[in-house]
Amino acid sequence: MEDEFIPVRISVNGVTHRLFLEARRSLLDVLRDDMGLTGTNAGCEHGSCGACTVLLDGKSVRACLLLAVQANNHEVMTVEGLARGGEMHPLQQAFWEKQGLQCGFCTPGFLMTAYELLQHNPDPSEEDIRSALSGNTCRCTGYQHIVEAIRSAAQATRQPAGATAPAGTRTQ
Amino acid sequence: MKPPRFRYFPARDIDEAVQLLAAQGEGARVLAGGQSLMPLMNMRLARPSALIDLNEIGALAYVRPWDGGLALGAMTRDADLEQAALAAARLPLLVEAARHVGHPAIRNRSTIGGSIAHADPAAELPAVILALDAELEARGASGSRVLAARDFFQGPFQTGLEPGEILTEVRIPGLPPRSGSAFLEFARREGDYALVGVAAVVALDEDGTIASARLGLCSVSQTPARPIAAESLLAGKRPDSDAWNAAAEAVMVSLHDLPSDIHGSADYRRHLAGVMTRRALALAAGRAERNS
Repeated sequence: MEDEFIPVRISVNGVTHRLFLEARRSLLDVLRDDMGLTGTNAGCEHGSCGACTVLLDGKSVRACLLLAVQANNHEVMTVEGLARGGEMHPLQQAFWEKQGLQCGFCTPGFLMTAYELLQHNPDPSEEDIRSALSGNTCRCTGYQHIVEAIRSAAQATRQPAGATAPAGTRTQ
Repeated sequence: MKPPRFRYFPARDIDEAVQLLAAQGEGARVLAGGQSLMPLMNMRLARPSALIDLNEIGALAYVRPWDGGLALGAMTRDADLEQAALAAARLPLLVEAARHVGHPAIRNRSTIGGSIAHADPAAELPAVILALDAELEARGASGSRVLAARDFFQGPFQTGLEPGEILTEVRIPGLPPRSGSAFLEFARREGDYALVGVAAVVALDEDGTIASARLGLCSVSQTPARPIAAESLLAGKRPDSDAWNAAAEAVMVSLHDLPSDIHGSADYRRHLAGVMTRRALALAAGRAERNS
């Protein structure tokens, strides 16, 4: 079979990318190798570990199980889309403060999963958090500090220090 | 972990999908949520020559009222089923089971039609629609036909779909009055495939005895299992622990080809199937009493 290249237009973190892609290439590989967005990590590449979690039209998905051509005309958000103007997102800040990471390989997937959780559940219980994280594997932390970081970020987002904006107004 | 080359066709509607599937011939596969097919392709255990992608066909994703129950479009995603108020009101068993399918990011993509057509004997929804006496509509080049869930699951990953046919809709009748349902599973971690999963539906008579009981089990056989013998001995009985014990015993006796692997021996799974059957029936009957 000859290589067949398909024209696609994918918006990633608000930037539109126009590419010609082989159908078999995953969104994960295209993000990393064609767009240079290496924050999204390739772990198991068969949907088990969650390291490659990104948002597609606002919903968390495994980038290793999505063909990049399937993202044609859709919006993707990666871990690079969290920070604003050099300032960490409250989730990133909380992971740093609470030591929610050690080697950091799984962290982008955890951040995107937690971001989606807080979008529709700004005050999650510990059980809610653990359930939301069930599809993300971390081999360093034992999860305890990750859960603490997300609780802390949720609190910070609900009551922004010195700000009057209502909780949950921050969107991508 | 990269799939081999294939041709890719995003279908705009179901007619186009059926035409594309016919035109691409034997090696073509239908791509629904991709949460099973893509891992198989990444590991090169599946090597389709072409993929017909249904993901852009919005008309195949819906939850609608049907005959007191529900009609579900094949491309309805598990996450949407979880959130569907109509499903929670009419067939809460579906919602309860959908929560056990993989993890949140999986359920954002995985579809009910994909799960049923893939026919993994460890999957939740096939066992649930079997217990609920669902009917399935498939579309092929020569038109549509309807298959009973009871005839659909023929072996591990083998269904009654003919080559060239695409599953389009799942229709589930409503429950009788004074009904309750429950889905329970035992898995080593949340989101893992269950060692055993049990769906139970219990309907009570006006005098409080069991009018009918239905069961569907996953991970216990080559296909989802419907233990008819256990169901029939419950009819007319009082909904009490004697009844649940007898049904659990009948379920355990009915299982002949339990899987046995590193996660659990066949004997262990048989024991679990009995325990989970007892618990699911008791929970379903308790809910039925509250609905009486």
